[in-house]
Amino acid sequence: MQQIPCPWCGPRDDWEFHYGAEAHVARPETPSDKSDEDWMGYLYLRSNTKGPFRERWMHAAGCRRWFNVIRNTVSHEVFAVYKIGETPPPLPGEAPAAPDTTER
Amino acid sequence: MTGMNSPHQTNRITGTHVKGGGRVDRSRPVSFTFDGTSFSGFEGDTLASALLANDVHLIGRSFKYHRPRGLLGLGSEEPNALIQLARGNRTEPNTRATQIELFDGLVAQSQNRWPCLKFDVGAVNQLFHKLFPAGFYYKTFMWPASFWMAYEHVIRHAAGLGKAPEGPDPDRYERMHAHCDILVAGGGPSGLAAALAAARTGARVILADESTEFGGSLLSEDDVEIDGLPAADWVAQVVAELRSMPEVTLLTRSTVNGYYDHNYLTIAERVTDHIGAVVPNVPRQRIWKVRAKRVVLATGTIERPLVFRDNDRPGVMLSSAVRGYAVRYGVLAGQRPLIVTSNDDGYRTALAMHDRGARIACIVDLRTEPDGALVDAARSRGIEIHAGHSLVGSLGRGRVQGAEIARMTGDGTGLNGAVRRVDCDLIAMAGGFNPTVHLFSQSRGKLTWDPERFIFVPGTNHEPQVSVGGCNGDFTVAQAIKDGLQKGVEMAREAGFTGRKPAAPEVSEPKSTAERTLWLLPSTRPVGHKGKHFVDFQNDVTAADLKLATREGYRSIEHVKRYTTTGMATDQGKTSNVNALAIVSETLGVDVTQVGTTTFRPPYTPTTIGAYGGRDIGALFDPVRTTAMDGWHRENGATFEHVGQWMRAWYYPKKGETLRQAVDRECLAARTGVGLLDASTLGKIDVHGPDAAEFLNRIYSNAWLKLGIGRCRYGLMLKDDGMVMDDGVTTRIAEDRFHMTTTTGGAAGVLAWMEEHLQTEWPELKVHLTSVTEQWAVASIVGPKSRDVLAKLNDLDLSNDAFPFMSMREGTVAGIPARVYRISFTGDLAFEVNVPRRYGRALWEAVMAAGAEFDITPYGTEAMHVLRAERGFIIVGQDTDGSVTPSDLGMDWIVSKTKPDFIGKRGMARPDLQDPHRKQLVGLLTEDPNEVLPEGAHVVADLKPQPPMVMLGHVTSSYYSPNVGRSIALAVIKGGHGRHGQTLSVPLVGRSLKVTVCEPVFFDKDGSRKDG
Ligand SMILES: [Zn+2]
Repeated sequence: MQQIPCPWCGPRDDWEFHYGAEAHVARPETPSDKSDEDWMGYLYLRSNTKGPFRERWMHAAGCRRWFNVIRNTVSHEVFAVYKIGETPPPLPGEAPAAPDTTER
Repeated sequence: MTGMNSPHQTNRITGTHVKGGGRVDRSRPVSFTFDGTSFSGFEGDTLASALLANDVHLIGRSFKYHRPRGLLGLGSEEPNALIQLARGNRTEPNTRATQIELFDGLVAQSQNRWPCLKFDVGAVNQLFHKLFPAGFYYKTFMWPASFWMAYEHVIRHAAGLGKAPEGPDPDRYERMHAHCDILVAGGGPSGLAAALAAARTGARVILADESTEFGGSLLSEDDVEIDGLPAADWVAQVVAELRSMPEVTLLTRSTVNGYYDHNYLTIAERVTDHIGAVVPNVPRQRIWKVRAKRVVLATGTIERPLVFRDNDRPGVMLSSAVRGYAVRYGVLAGQRPLIVTSNDDGYRTALAMHDRGARIACIVDLRTEPDGALVDAARSRGIEIHAGHSLVGSLGRGRVQGAEIARMTGDGTGLNGAVRRVDCDLIAMAGGFNPTVHLFSQSRGKLTWDPERFIFVPGTNHEPQVSVGGCNGDFTVAQAIKDGLQKGVEMAREAGFTGRKPAAPEVSEPKSTAERTLWLLPSTRPVGHKGKHFVDFQNDVTAADLKLATREGYRSIEHVKRYTTTGMATDQGKTSNVNALAIVSETLGVDVTQVGTTTFRPPYTPTTIGAYGGRDIGALFDPVRTTAMDGWHRENGATFEHVGQWMRAWYYPKKGETLRQAVDRECLAARTGVGLLDASTLGKIDVHGPDAAEFLNRIYSNAWLKLGIGRCRYGLMLKDDGMVMDDGVTTRIAEDRFHMTTTTGGAAGVLAWMEEHLQTEWPELKVHLTSVTEQWAVASIVGPKSRDVLAKLNDLDLSNDAFPFMSMREGTVAGIPARVYRISFTGDLAFEVNVPRRYGRALWEAVMAAGAEFDITPYGTEAMHVLRAERGFIIVGQDTDGSVTPSDLGMDWIVSKTKPDFIGKRGMARPDLQDPHRKQLVGLLTEDPNEVLPEGAHVVADLKPQPPMVMLGHVTSSYYSPNVGRSIALAVIKGGHGRHGQTLSVPLVGRSLKVTVCEPVFFDKDGSRKDG
């Protein structure tokens, strides 16, 4: 069983959490502007990364806060956690990125 | 055979031999029965050592061929001696005799035999062994299916391991959660050393060992001294020090059986199994769930069997096990043992047996020129040694009575001399040791093949852990202890502690020279011709099976494994995996690493389901939610149904009433008089904050900004793909506060869904969400006379003008503070009275009393379903399934055309959701008004005598409606909105029904009854 470090409560067993898949997939501000293709992409297409991955978790049996985790989807190693709205830390081996204002 | 008493323990080493004692308590005799015969042993024995003491070698029948089998090993690696333990309905199959501790009155039975162990009908399988080649099951499945069906019955009866208990498990099991700095798996020399070194730094240590006592292999050796003490005394010293440390937890009879992500391990502790009685307030077994900062694996080694002809005869045992029975239990497994060995370790067994009074038949050494101290010691005792010889095969009926040996060719692939017969009653095989890498492999560590020593050793680890001693390929006690001390301290430092490595003790132990590994001992005939060379004893897989698999084209061990079932029995191939791998690679002429390694999975040894279930059984398996009125429903004869976790009153039968009669009566009362429904289970969410209205406007498909205070509105919640997710009535309590209701089953999901949007998409909205489902008890007073009933309990003006439909009033009902909602799930006049939960039953009883003069009728969920279907009200999750849009339901009226955005708006605009041929909600009427369609039945236009047919959709809700006077049904049908008036067919088993499509409203089509 994995241990997920909740930024509000500390490390807890993974059964306390709800997995929220890929992080930083923001709902478009004006959905009506989106083409059918773009909308389908928003609804259904995720990157399904093998390796370090920015993903969302929610501490369902604890504080019920959503937050972001950088975790290796193969080895399950957790590199970083950060709260919603915080600038994402770089992926392992990646240069720090400029804050992306369109994503939350 | 019952009641027979066996003579005394003929194989127990007597006091005349200096080294005879063992660790059993000879002052405490214990009696037990095996297959109905009484035997005696001593406290401290296992069932295995006690049976051997009584010269019982025939202990079971094998899985496939029903061959007689005896003990092979000493501990959890035992593949053959599987026992059915019987204690009333506490029967447990497949327990290993080597791990069953003897207690007075123990009742053990052999498995896989009928009618008895010595004469077994299934043994005819041996005669038809050509029917059971490698891949038997797969090949059999290739036959016509009907053929398989006929054979399956016979095969299932003949093959199998033990019997499952028939009744529920009467024992109690527990679960324990623990956190530690260092978990040490295995309490042999290296594990004890690691635990000691780590504990001395102050780290919190858990040390677990599967055996009765700590010490591991040291308990089975008589030729090792540590700091001048016999090895067992050094063990006692270390354990005493560990026991004195408050941060150390010592667990014996505890198998670390699972190693999962992030250093999460499970330990199966057998708490009272060895006592043989039910101990009050103590669980039978306990599963420890441990999160460790660092893990030390000290799981030791398992000896490799040698593969020779008929190496499965009772009396063929692992050499280290034979030595263990002699040294640890004071039992000679045979009086005239033959030792066949690839290494010096076999000589230790010969010496230990010799020095305890056994007459060694001879040592068959695969090596051509054995030398060294151990070999010299054997020679000096006059033990006959046949160097460069093969053990050609075992002889005997039901028990080893002799062996055939012969000189080998130089390369060890054939014989180079006459076959000689040697008399013996035991064959001890020493084929070298395999590191026990199961836990390392479970934790996703990568194994490395050591081509010099022919063993797998831990390579790259995945978790923060370390392997020490035998499981790391260090086979000497000195190295195991030294390494254990070093790594124990290192792990403690990594866990944040400081300390020095304790000085390594002085170890005196026999020195070993090189070994000679031969995977298949040469015989007089090719493998597979007369006699069997077993590799996997538990699944009855032979070297010939493996060779057949390679001839049939299998190259990867993972495929060979599944095809032959080698390594797939309950022992997960503890004694067979490496032999199988090596024989396959040798046959293919490739390197072992090219054939691959197998992956080990939890649990390390079979673990009872009860232990995993713990206390989460029966009523504690899943919580049951009940309403405040639950007691009244029970006292008044309600029947119940599960709705999610809730227990809801289903209907209230009067004496002699059927379900149909009761529901008809309840449905009629709710439309002609007054009915009462416990609606407390509906999900309720308090939506509070300055942006509450804006939030609802985004979450629901209709408009919410202008809803007046005290007014209610029905809302449909969609997902962003445009599909219906939930529905319910929401009421504005104040400018900044709404009371939302959801479906009973959808409440938790809706709350989570809204929380997610507030936190991640619209953090700028100031809204708080609070679940208040449990805080309100709800009695729904329904029907034309509901106003009369409520008027007796309440001084509100209940007139349509003062208290209109879809509004809420606060006041008191029967003296209880209440919110009364004029909303209706039947279409008739109705009042939903909400009171704080603790008043729920008082409210219910007051309403029943007030309604008595109107013959008020409590009704349950079944009538509720019928009543809503009469009016065509949907139930999300029954009439929808996540692929239904508002427009499919004919509910375009609730979708705002003017709001620029809401969840689901863009999704609904996709062109495929505009397709007029989508499945749409319709009503269905059968020709025969008394025929009620089965829910889930398919609807077709073009009826054929048998499937396949083109399906148009299916029935989602179907009831008999007493108010309409006929059956009614809702269905989703392709292009349904355009099919009103059409006749379609519903094919059923053996018949079909004609149905007419209609509008999905059957009663009060103009909706005029809501005002009473
Ligand atoms: Zn938390």
